[in-house]
Amino acid sequence: MNRTKGDEEEYWNSSKFKAFTFDDEDDELSQLKESKRAVNSLRDFVDDDDEDDLERVSWTGEPVGSISWSIKETAGNSGSSHEREQLKNRNSFSTYTQLPKPPSTYSLSSFFRGRWCPSQSLACSFAALSDTPAKSYAPELGRPKGEYREYRKWSSSLHTSSIFIWQVCSLERFRSLQDKIQLLEEAVSMHDGNVITAVLIFLKRTLSKEILFRELEVRQVALRHLIHFLKEIGDQKLLLDLFRFLDRTEELALSHYREHLTIQDPEKRKEFLKTCIGLPFSAEDSAHIQDHYTLLERQIIIEANDRHLELAGQTEVFRKHPRKASILNMPLVTTLFYSCFYHYTEAEVRATRRRKIPDKQYVLTALAARAKLRAWHDVDALFTTKNWLGYTKKRAPIGFHRVVEILHKNSAPVQILQEYVNLVEDVDTKLNLATKFKCHDVVIDTCRDLKDRQQLLAYRSKVDKGSAEEEKIDALLNSSQIRWKN
Amino acid sequence: MAFPHRPDAPELPDFSMLKRLARDQLIYLLEQLPGKKDLFIEADLMSPLDRIANVSILKQHEVDKLYKVENKPALSSSEQLCFLVRPRIKNMRYIASLVNADKMAGRTRKYKVIFSPQKFYACEMVLEEEGVYGDVSCDEWAFSLLPLDVDLLSMELPEFFRDYFLEGDQRWINTLAQALHLLSTLYGPFPNCYGIGRCAKMSYELWKRLEEEEDGETKGRRPEIGQIFLLDRDVDFVTALCSQVVYEGLVDDTFRIKCGSVDFGPEVTSSDKSLKVLLNAEDKVFNEIRNEHFSNVFSFLSQKAAASLMLLLGRDWGGPRRRGMDIKQMKNFVSQELKGLKQEHRLLSLHIGACESIMKKKTKQDFQELIKTEHALLEGFNIRESTSYIEEHIDRQVSPIESLRLMCLLSITENGLIPKDYRSLKTQYLQSYGPEHLLTFSNLRRAGLLTEQAPGDTLTAVESKVSKLVTDKAAGKITDAFSSLAKRSNFRAISKKLNLIPRVDGEYDLKVPRDMAYVFSGAYVPLSCRIIEQVLERRGWQGLDEVVRLLNCSELAFTDMTKDDKASSESLRLILVVFLGGCTFSEISALRFLGREKGYRFIFLTTAVTNSARLMEAMSEVKA
Repeated sequence: MNRTKGDEEEYWNSSKFKAFTFDDEDDELSQLKESKRAVNSLRDFVDDDDEDDLERVSWTGEPVGSISWSIKETAGNSGSSHEREQLKNRNSFSTYTQLPKPPSTYSLSSFFRGRWCPSQSLACSFAALSDTPAKSYAPELGRPKGEYREYRKWSSSLHTSSIFIWQVCSLERFRSLQDKIQLLEEAVSMHDGNVITAVLIFLKRTLSKEILFRELEVRQVALRHLIHFLKEIGDQKLLLDLFRFLDRTEELALSHYREHLTIQDPEKRKEFLKTCIGLPFSAEDSAHIQDHYTLLERQIIIEANDRHLELAGQTEVFRKHPRKASILNMPLVTTLFYSCFYHYTEAEVRATRRRKIPDKQYVLTALAARAKLRAWHDVDALFTTKNWLGYTKKRAPIGFHRVVEILHKNSAPVQILQEYVNLVEDVDTKLNLATKFKCHDVVIDTCRDLKDRQQLLAYRSKVDKGSAEEEKIDALLNSSQIRWKN
Repeated sequence: MAFPHRPDAPELPDFSMLKRLARDQLIYLLEQLPGKKDLFIEADLMSPLDRIANVSILKQHEVDKLYKVENKPALSSSEQLCFLVRPRIKNMRYIASLVNADKMAGRTRKYKVIFSPQKFYACEMVLEEEGVYGDVSCDEWAFSLLPLDVDLLSMELPEFFRDYFLEGDQRWINTLAQALHLLSTLYGPFPNCYGIGRCAKMSYELWKRLEEEEDGETKGRRPEIGQIFLLDRDVDFVTALCSQVVYEGLVDDTFRIKCGSVDFGPEVTSSDKSLKVLLNAEDKVFNEIRNEHFSNVFSFLSQKAAASLMLLLGRDWGGPRRRGMDIKQMKNFVSQELKGLKQEHRLLSLHIGACESIMKKKTKQDFQELIKTEHALLEGFNIRESTSYIEEHIDRQVSPIESLRLMCLLSITENGLIPKDYRSLKTQYLQSYGPEHLLTFSNLRRAGLLTEQAPGDTLTAVESKVSKLVTDKAAGKITDAFSSLAKRSNFRAISKKLNLIPRVDGEYDLKVPRDMAYVFSGAYVPLSCRIIEQVLERRGWQGLDEVVRLLNCSELAFTDMTKDDKASSESLRLILVVFLGGCTFSEISALRFLGREKGYRFIFLTTAVTNSARLMEAMSEVKA
């Protein structure tokens, strides 16, 4: 991204919406900070002793008395029995006998009622389904009356808000394929996924898989439900069979590949990935799978080697910067970073790099790693190129403004920063960065080159009184050699 | 700030009834297992449960200890175990393993599983397979609508998005239909219905069927909410993928609002503890800034802080205005006004802290550059530059979710990536964040979020030709085979047709917004909200045929108007918008703005509140 300040302004001007900046220097933020101070100073006026108007919270931040809070309490200690004792005494409901089931008897039959009756046997089975009473009311519980009034009032409508109770035994009467398929199609036409899955489970049990797959191939909605169901219950074998039958080779391959996520042991995972390589992925994905395998293979070697090195305690870099985590199963870029960090001079970097990492990404990663180690010499080497005449030149595929930012993030000293700020081509960007990171010399020299006296004058107030920078500025300002443009 | 509603804007219905109903049903279910019992609660249900009940209610109904459902052996010594769970296979396996372990140890206990919001047959099948079917009793707690705010109902089902839009599983359609049915039972029928999207259409049909079977229940009731609009998330992915800049959205993007409340860490509270804060209309300070563009929030908070200071100082004991108060007045002042001021002060300092923290984070991640790239993508210029911005994002290993989001935004706005770019971005992504993301890319492609441009534009033509040749069943198969490639987003054309990029001269004044685009700094009107606006204005889809076609929804946009003279003009201005697959706070803010302009009130029903990060995480195969 080489968008310069000028471009930005042009963008915001050409676009009609107001640029909303999140800059630190923003007036609004200072205003906000001001109000924050004001509000916080009010604490002296409003004593914080009574918290009654805000929720009381426990140390974890959960409101006291809330359910989440209480669960944490149970997890922490097994609960004070004192309170429970009290509650037990207050409550005396234990004499209740088993109450009737709540009215959740919405059956498939009521969906079908009067709509479809293909054969005698089907009708019978629906009748069998509906013999539970459609409506029952919450029983009198001898409780304070108010509590249930609302519920009783609406229970007649609530009974539909529970799904039907499916009695599988009655489905057994659907013996002929035609009946089964009709049942499935009716379920699909009702749109209720739960009913569709219920019928599919029945069909899966009572049909051979070839027949089932064949029928589902032309019924996409039902097919999707079966696939999801198989995924959920983890019937991988049948799922793969299904994909094979449907000739959905890519999904078959991906589905198989997904299994590796459940394998924890790195060696086993690696072996599993090896079996994925030959699978019918798209050409593009095949390459990714191959890469995944070689990456893990490489990581296992590095891991074993480095754990050994770290334990031996002979290598300086491991002593100074102990590894925070294992490199296993990390992304390629992280691995590259790791290699650049611990094995920069070795073949390891080159080996990792060979894996088609674009130049930009390599430079970003290597820069971050070497800067973190404060290996400025390596940083320097990273951007130095020699042309065929043997002249050296500095080049950065990511742009030197990025380089400067990364170096600054890794708290590089001003001298180093200065060197790279100077390499930024665009003058405005250079000036901005130099000001931001306090590279005084660059700012001063740039102002001089621009013959911008006003800016130099303004910058004078930003450097320390009596410093070398101030002297330098004064010298320039008093110089008669320069033809200032303003 | 916080523009008032028009005086003729309708009142919102009272949704607290839904909470009472859910609580009563839960109590009823707990009573089904008389005696002392330990309750195991699924993590995802804890926050919703917190919003309707508390520990003392549970204790009153003989819940002894509370545990989180997690993959650990239970330490409970109770004779009765009750599980409150979402209907998920892994929960069933966990419960079955507990029961089986007890059996092995020769221990008998009572077990009860309460599924919320409903049970699935597949779950019962697992219990059966594991041999515990008869040992465990199953119940359902139809708690599917949680009022998070006066105008926001959430089903708290984030998995709806992945289940339907990636896997094509329609299991939640019934849940949604039931929820709509419950609403019409409680608040009267909806005379006007509009919708767009396949899932919307199916939900609508199932809902209508439920109503038919129960005719008489809602007939004759005066409608309270006059219009309902159902919208599938895949009709508009773009809006959900954008960075949010209205305050509530920004808080959600930065701190993650969970079930209507947010955890403010020490960096916000300027103390050593975190604070869990409910964010809703009851927070007076928040209510005034929630819908504002972030740039206005500062000045508002500063003014407010200054005013608060004045009030406190001026009205303090010796303050001139309060001299001559008698004891009673003074008491009143202390108990009422001072308390109010103190609370306001606390809230102010909290939101100022939040703003500061947001600023810090956003400055660090170069937010301005990011927003600029997003706007360029939305407007469709400097595509190459945006692509290289994304590339650099990936190379620097900046957040994987963020990189993915930008790639999706590029793909949808450009009708897919150029094959060369797709390959190179994908390769670099896998190198930066791990090769297993291959699976994530496959998911994104299936969901149509990140695709590769088909070579040439001939594909759709081929497809329609083929479809014409082959009829019925086989056509479905072929269309499906094509669908991942052929479903073009057409964003640019839609944007032009609906004027989503406002062309206005001069500066966009974010303090006095002129249209819904203010939620994205004036750069873009959220597509979903524009569709809703247009349909409400035209009272149907007339004149929008081209847009509907471009959205790939030709068969999937519907209108259903009942000739109901009982519907008052007031009720017709009360509109329930149902987002299937989630909505963002930016969309909510935009529609609230539209409501104020036109005298509507919107009520939002969403399967879950979402944002770009949640969408991307739902598609990600690798759990962080």
